[in-house]
Amino acid sequence: MYAYDEIDRTLIHERVAEFRDQVKRRLAGELTEDEFKSLRLMNGVYLQLHAYMFRVAIPYGTLSSAQLRRLAHVARRYDRGYGHFTTRQNIQFNWIKLAELPDALADLADVGIHAMQTSGNCTRNITADQWAGVAPGEIEDPRIWAELLRQYSTLHPEFSFLPRKFKFAITASEHDRAAIKVHDIGLRLHKNAAGETGFEVLVGGGLGRTPFIGKTIKPFVPGRDILSYVEAILRVYNQYGRRDNIYKARIKILVHELGIEKFAAAVEEEWLGMADSALTLEDADIEDIRSRFFYPAYEKLPQMPDELIKAAHDPKFEAWRRNSVTPHKVTGYAIVTLSLKPVGGPPGDATADQMDAIADLADQYSFGEIRVSHEQNLALPHVARRDLPALWRALDRIGVATPNINLVSDIIACPGLDYCSLANARSIPIAQELTRRFANHDTANLIGRLHINISGCINACGHHHVGHIGILGVEKNDEEFYQITIGGRADENAAVGTLIGPAVPYGEVADVVEDIVEAYLALRARPDELFIDTVKRLGVEPFRERVYATR
Amino acid sequence: MPLVKGGNIAGDAFVQVADDAEISADGAVLVSAARLLADPEALLRRAGPTGVVWPNNHDVALLAPWLSRLAAVALVFPSFRDGRAYSQARRLRERFGFSGELRATGQVLRDQFAFMLRAGFDAFEVKKQSDAEAFAAAAKRYSVFYQPTGDGRVTALHRRTQLRHSESAGL
Repeated sequence: MYAYDEIDRTLIHERVAEFRDQVKRRLAGELTEDEFKSLRLMNGVYLQLHAYMFRVAIPYGTLSSAQLRRLAHVARRYDRGYGHFTTRQNIQFNWIKLAELPDALADLADVGIHAMQTSGNCTRNITADQWAGVAPGEIEDPRIWAELLRQYSTLHPEFSFLPRKFKFAITASEHDRAAIKVHDIGLRLHKNAAGETGFEVLVGGGLGRTPFIGKTIKPFVPGRDILSYVEAILRVYNQYGRRDNIYKARIKILVHELGIEKFAAAVEEEWLGMADSALTLEDADIEDIRSRFFYPAYEKLPQMPDELIKAAHDPKFEAWRRNSVTPHKVTGYAIVTLSLKPVGGPPGDATADQMDAIADLADQYSFGEIRVSHEQNLALPHVARRDLPALWRALDRIGVATPNINLVSDIIACPGLDYCSLANARSIPIAQELTRRFANHDTANLIGRLHINISGCINACGHHHVGHIGILGVEKNDEEFYQITIGGRADENAAVGTLIGPAVPYGEVADVVEDIVEAYLALRARPDELFIDTVKRLGVEPFRERVYATR
Repeated sequence: MPLVKGGNIAGDAFVQVADDAEISADGAVLVSAARLLADPEALLRRAGPTGVVWPNNHDVALLAPWLSRLAAVALVFPSFRDGRAYSQARRLRERFGFSGELRATGQVLRDQFAFMLRAGFDAFEVKKQSDAEAFAAAAKRYSVFYQPTGDGRVTALHRRTQLRHSESAGL
């Protein structure tokens, strides 16, 4: 994780003081709700169906154990004892009181976390591959750049009132775990022919009402120029993005309406005009940030320790290990994913007690570090393989060892109509029902990798467009209906799913999903042909025929 | 509407004149973009200072030929949520080197003062009297800044570089 220096600490505390003053003025009636709304949104405070919702930023999904404990404290002290991890690697609390928010922010500031720009028409939390820095084969740790971008975009004087929200995601691996193609700006670290490190810059991806896959605006921008190039993109967007219609205000619409060539030319012109920008990064600047990241002193450990060989006789342990443990760049270590998708539970929720216990386990087994994935799970990124059996027993005791990572019950879902004032339909109960239908791990393993994403409205917080199976709640004559798509994906081959048939009522969603899965099992060419590959090979039609034949 | 200039509430030297109103030879005036562009030479030849109110959907590059002779550019925030004028301000200051008065007009509120100062504004037509009175405090709200802009404030990257240099000099 990144350790704040004095500058970072000063800024975050000044921000808390400013927000305390804004809340005071609002409560005293000096600020109208309209004036206050933008200010509170930029501190992650929404007004939801029942209460204020508070969204805390977890930059690039990296947390220290002390930070996770502090989030548990906020859940306990100011909320109802739990939090909800989101698809943007943040955490949300659903029952916060406005008057207590400044105190909650001050508590968080003490451990170097904040809620700046987790909402509002500004640059949002910079997200990254949750395995950054530990994934084998990575170009380099993308979090260094994510942190540079976090600082660059925090309280930006020019870009705090953009036409609409603005999201960055960054990866340094060939396999994209950060969904960069569905972000306003996606950054892929790679090396050019000269061996220089830089970025492929994608622009104009996004979900919501009008989904677009991001387009490459520049195949290579050297690392030292990335901030000035990003500034040029934001400046063009700030001036020419549409402000007449909230649904057409994202950069994806501007890129689409102008065409990527014209948009790229406007950015290039602006960028060249900033020659010798003060934003140009010196190597020392980059190293300075890198030096503030914590990297563990790994031991020289065997890849197949006795503890692991012995535990292999336990089928439950083996099922979990095969599912939730992934290779680490260092021999003898592993990355462990903690499932926040228990059977019958709301996806992404964790109780304060779970958070505390995970923080303790991170201290004991993962050098005090925790990661949050955009799939709404957690990970311990530096676990010695010899500790896996003991860790598994501890994780199982607190209910975060369900061996369903990347399987059918590892569902992404937004809070939906249970909490959200924008939603048309419930998401959580649909997810809960599906986890019960697919509770049998052997069946889930037989089905293989399959991502179900659920959104309770067209704003697509549950990323339904890019679910292998996507479920979108809509309202029809005051009833909850659900449109179902298949074939979407959020990785390096990102695609928007295709509608499989007419929307179905709430009570039939789980049946339809079961039928889709059955159709897949019948249609797949081999047991190891993944759902997504079968849909790609055959198209939607054979699925539609099978699923809708009797409906 | 109070005007804040040089950090304090001040009298407005400029008079905003309607497009069909007559302009004196030596008065300080703010004219519309249309009026300026219709006959810039006639206006700028006057003895009195001339400023322009420039809408937020016009490219400031169109002003470039006249900037050295313009005493003021007033940019517009129709709503505080419409941030286009921040980009216009930075382009005027940093790209085109405008050194006259850069005035923020429209819905100009306390919570945006710091952003506006950093973008290069130095005069503010403030919506509320209480906000104008709070200007000095709001302007000092932050002591550290992450981004370089043309305002000359020391940024985090600069400060870290200085720290590195002073550390290595101390060795």
